[in-house]
Amino acid sequence: MKLTLKALAKSPWVYHLSTGSCNNCDIEVLDALTPRFDIERFGCVLVGSARHADVLLVCGSMNRKTIPRVLEIYGQCAKPCLVVAVGGCACSRGMFKDSYNVGDPLDSYLPVHAYVPGCPPKPEAIILGVVKAAEVLKKLGKDKPADPPEVE
Amino acid sequence: MSLIWIIIAVLIFPGLLFTGVVGLLMSWVDRKVTARVQWRVGPPLFQPFYDFVKLLGKETILPKEGNPFVFLLAPVAGVAAVTVASLILWIPILDWKALAPLGFSGDIILVIYLLTIPSLCVILGGASSGNPLSSLGSSREMKLVLAYELPFILAIVVPIIQSGGQLRLDSLVAFQEANGAVALKLSGVLALIAAIPCIQAKLTLVPFDIPEAETEIIAGPYTDYSGPPFALFKLMRAMLLFVAPMTLVIFFCGAMNFDGIMNSVLSVLKYVGLLVLITVIRNTNPRLRIDQAMKFFWTIPLLLALGGVILALIGL
Repeated sequence: MKLTLKALAKSPWVYHLSTGSCNNCDIEVLDALTPRFDIERFGCVLVGSARHADVLLVCGSMNRKTIPRVLEIYGQCAKPCLVVAVGGCACSRGMFKDSYNVGDPLDSYLPVHAYVPGCPPKPEAIILGVVKAAEVLKKLGKDKPADPPEVE
Repeated sequence: MSLIWIIIAVLIFPGLLFTGVVGLLMSWVDRKVTARVQWRVGPPLFQPFYDFVKLLGKETILPKEGNPFVFLLAPVAGVAAVTVASLILWIPILDWKALAPLGFSGDIILVIYLLTIPSLCVILGGASSGNPLSSLGSSREMKLVLAYELPFILAIVVPIIQSGGQLRLDSLVAFQEANGAVALKLSGVLALIAAIPCIQAKLTLVPFDIPEAETEIIAGPYTDYSGPPFALFKLMRAMLLFVAPMTLVIFFCGAMNFDGIMNSVLSVLKYVGLLVLITVIRNTNPRLRIDQAMKFFWTIPLLLALGGVILALIGL
């Protein structure tokens, strides 16, 4: 296993990506960043630029308008980049499964490394998801990131 | 022989390797103190090293609209400038015979120039990436440099006047060993108080992190950087966190002295005390706007430094 991947598992910088969620997961993600939960223990830092991201925290059921934007942001990330689906909507579209404006779920577009169910998930669960995603990377040995699909 | 010694001095001790490792450790001190101020546990000891190694393994993305040559060279030049600044600051402290053939014993004006180059590299890197937010960050960094350089240089004039107009680092260090630290006199105190916010702005820490205000312009000049160039910028920032407070210790607080345990402990305490002071300032202040920062630097630190210069000329 490469040293740089080992280091990535120790310092996953998170990027918060809301794909049109009801804001509940976003509030819980922000909660996870507060001093009470202290994600810096695991080396996580919230970054503002997608270029610096190691973990994309994707919230919300992607609707038809946001799918191309999510793919573009994933394309802007420096690889290797992990994807964590936060909340029931990002995992499986949740209650919006049959909605007219919701397309396919997140994992049909991007390689998702961890699913965090819940509506909304607790901040502890989000932190666990990020740490587990980093461990997935450890187990894979070397992560060959899938090319993002073509943006229509 | 002396060429080999010079290469060792530049690359290993007290140059790139030493400054880099100590700088990364000091950025851990900064983050840990921040965490304790915010009632958190904070990152593990090797966190800055993990971050650095991780960034080395990430993909480098070159912006389509930018200038790749300047974009990639700016971080390298920044790291090189801080390395040389650190080397020059250590020469009078170590007093190595091996470096004597160099015929160079440290020059205060050169140190001032070398400490400005990292800011210039950030400006160049941001402006060459073709990203509007980076350009905005670069322009803010430029204004910040204009704001803090004048009081910073005026503050550094005080130790020069006190030591009798010498522009050499080794004579400044020798003067402070003979007559006590510059900051023991009233003029030195004023100059040190003026210089601390200037160092804060040089390190772009809160309240002067206006160029990379993450809530306004994402990451400022660093927005489009990824992978090894970003790792070098991180390293440059960490090294500057070591070198910039050390400059103040050498200029104002009686330099550093590693003869005997007492002196060594005192030297390290002086540096760490200044570092923790900077960290506490950054944790207890909100970010200023760029116009407020300019107004601040051109009034309070400038007047303090000017008062220090006048007092030093009188002899206080």
